Amino acid sequence: MISSKSSFSFLWRNDKILGRVLWASACLSTALLILIAMFLVKESWPVLTSIGITRFITDAGWYPLEKLFGLAPMLGATVIVSTLAVLIAAPLGIASAIFCSFIAPRRIAQAYRSLIALLAGIPSVAYGLWGLTVLVPLIGQFQPPGASLLAASLILSLMILPTIALTTDAAISTVPKSYLQGATALGLTREATIIKVILPAARASIGAGILLAAARALGETMAVLMVAGNVVQFPTSLFDPMRTLTANMALEMAYATGDHRASLFVSGLMLTAIVMALATLAWRLSGGRVHG
Amino acid sequence: MAEMAITRKNNSARDLGLMLVVWSATAIIIAAFTWIIGDFIIHGFERLSWSFLTTSPSNAGRSGGIAPILVSTLLILLIAITVALPIGVATAAFLSEFTRVGGRVRQITTLSLDILAGVPSIVFGLFGNAFFCIWLGLGFSILSGGLTLACMVLPILIRTTQAGLSSVPDEWRRGASALGLSRGAALTHILLPAATPAIAAGLMLGIGRAAAETAALIFTSGYVDRMPSSLDDSGRALAVHIYDLTMNVAGGDANAYASALVLISLLILINSVAVTLTNRYGSQRITAS
Amino acid sequence: MITMNVLRALGILMAGMSFANLATSAADDTKQPTLAGKLTITGSSTVAPLVAEIGKRFEQLHPGVRIDVQTGGSSRGIADARSGLADIGMASRDLKSDETDIKGHVIARDGIGMIVNAANPVQSLTDAHIIDIYLGKVTNWKDVGGSDMAISVVNKAEGRSTLELFAQHYKLKNSDIKASVIIGDNQQGIKTVSGNPGAIGYVSIGTAEFEAGQGTPIKLLPLGTVAATVENVQNASFPLSRSLTLVTKDEAKDLPKAFIDFARSKDVHDLVKEQFFVPLAE
Repeated sequence: MISSKSSFSFLWRNDKILGRVLWASACLSTALLILIAMFLVKESWPVLTSIGITRFITDAGWYPLEKLFGLAPMLGATVIVSTLAVLIAAPLGIASAIFCSFIAPRRIAQAYRSLIALLAGIPSVAYGLWGLTVLVPLIGQFQPPGASLLAASLILSLMILPTIALTTDAAISTVPKSYLQGATALGLTREATIIKVILPAARASIGAGILLAAARALGETMAVLMVAGNVVQFPTSLFDPMRTLTANMALEMAYATGDHRASLFVSGLMLTAIVMALATLAWRLSGGRVHG
Repeated sequence: MAEMAITRKNNSARDLGLMLVVWSATAIIIAAFTWIIGDFIIHGFERLSWSFLTTSPSNAGRSGGIAPILVSTLLILLIAITVALPIGVATAAFLSEFTRVGGRVRQITTLSLDILAGVPSIVFGLFGNAFFCIWLGLGFSILSGGLTLACMVLPILIRTTQAGLSSVPDEWRRGASALGLSRGAALTHILLPAATPAIAAGLMLGIGRAAAETAALIFTSGYVDRMPSSLDDSGRALAVHIYDLTMNVAGGDANAYASALVLISLLILINSVAVTLTNRYGSQRITAS
Repeated sequence: MITMNVLRALGILMAGMSFANLATSAADDTKQPTLAGKLTITGSSTVAPLVAEIGKRFEQLHPGVRIDVQTGGSSRGIADARSGLADIGMASRDLKSDETDIKGHVIARDGIGMIVNAANPVQSLTDAHIIDIYLGKVTNWKDVGGSDMAISVVNKAEGRSTLELFAQHYKLKNSDIKASVIIGDNQQGIKTVSGNPGAIGYVSIGTAEFEAGQGTPIKLLPLGTVAATVENVQNASFPLSRSLTLVTKDEAKDLPKAFIDFARSKDVHDLVKEQFFVPLAE
């Protein structure tokens, strides 16, 4: 039954050595996060000790050159824009994966898949450029200035859509065929097979893909910077401009020194904290079994 | 990729509803992306030519081509993938096959990778600048940029490989064990081949994300648009070039659009190579049932 | 298997590049370089494209020299020059009076002008109007002689020297400015104003003049009675302008000095104009 031509098995004297090699890789991957976290803490330490973490939440505004360090509005805006983007992109992405796997003829499905994969590679600056020159003026016609929460969440949802579509597609394709045969044998309709059998079986991987996409939305920098308007405030409507934590870093990092620079690293630290909270939440929700 | 056919098509209202949702979602996606790519083709196609690909930029990138930038971009991508792919697949294999479900090792590692995936690219850029460029003394170089991107795509690769491995049914593992295969043999002959579609998807996502990256590269591989003569040279990546032309250079838009078209075509190329490889590799796998 | 192919491709590329390397070093041998070495220059994104072009011309004249230009921002340019990380820093402003530990060398000048969308009927604004608009006291164009249209105030992000200069000129505090859009680099400002009929912003005059000439729907407003033109920046009658400055830690000598002298010379005036800045007086 095994038709693989090349054999690597002579490389492994036994499972112990293989286990060690793989374990070392895993350690390396984990060490990376620790390294980055240490770096973030080191860079933000000066303001964390001299100003204290609470002022980043309680200060009235973000004017670091005038010693005001309120990050709370940006924290809120980051969470809102990412949530909106995921809410738009997740149904579209899952639907497009269903299209690929079950509805489109083989050739069309393959072409469509390549299209989606290529969309994953359109640079964020290209999305930003399109947003800035096409989408923002369009929204601005109805509700100036156009650069807004709406523009940012639409652009973000386009950017994370391929991630959701591709991972969902891959997840569906790894569902054992026997499930499908079982469903057919039971006389289930196409709709019931997809909704009740296939998607639940691929649930873990689809969830992982959506989380990955949410993380990308939270961390996206350049495109958001170009279309969101970057005013530091809690957005109260879809048409309000707003600034995310990442845009804040990208806009000001190259121009910042001293406490200003250190407080930008606090933005990064805060974002990492949100992602940490998200990941832990997802882990709790799935009852400790994050990925199957 | 596994092909599935659902033989029984039932024209119930619910089935029609699902079809309506799926078709309109697909239509929306295709329309949105035709709009975006059409916009780039309209604005950029005129500038595209063989000489655009083979000459160096001049007058801050307003005129001339992108040859050195293309070479730098490819080298950065190659380094990123060469470093990240083995480590990523090995880590995923370790997590899926050598740790217990719900065990502490798997939980902590997976959680930390989820967090790593959410670290914004600009933080990777600043980290790469501090760690690779300054601490390891690599300076602004293609090597620093590639290594920084490797860190960035690592969680994506691990995540998708792991998802692929975890959806291989346990019967296959038991079967392999019953046949007397060692874990290593089971991994290389059965499990990884079965997870190839997922690995390929991860690879494409990774390359896509890496090629599209601006924030992480401007601080690591730098801004120099000269033809690199070694991996120690600073080299401007395509996305950085596009960003500079659109945001910083008056009259740079035409070349920015053309460069974006080149980047998109490059990704189609990489993508089709990946698909071909996947199909070839995938055809060697065990056919279930 | 994928890794193998990647490695093979890498090998081919590397082989190709070492060949290219041979070709260039062969070309080098034909000339006798008097200056040699590598110069790292970092800093302001406004100045970087200009210095990169000057660097290329300098490299052609002195084949043994390599000039690497990296962008960041004025503060980074100055910090890098101070710490020795860069041989020369770039700043898009004049050095402040308390920055006496470093040396500045002006290579060109740049004016900052107010721009509005070309569809906006307003032809000029008084200083008081501009201040009221930026403070949010006036929010509709009809109050300053325009049509009934909401004003979108475009401001620069904190820390940019353009914002510093603008705020200083109108005696504004950044925290009092009521912005509708906050932008980063110059071209983002031009794109934002050209896409929004009610927008007002401030950008580099040379680039705005060029873009308007190319048909981008923006127009420059005069400052008081002085028209916002490159000419008026050159003859110093335009009040809102800045110097593009190269920064060194100590008195420059050897290669950095040769480069700075070249960058200040008449030989690069065409490059300065090509990047829409104003050359030094002759």
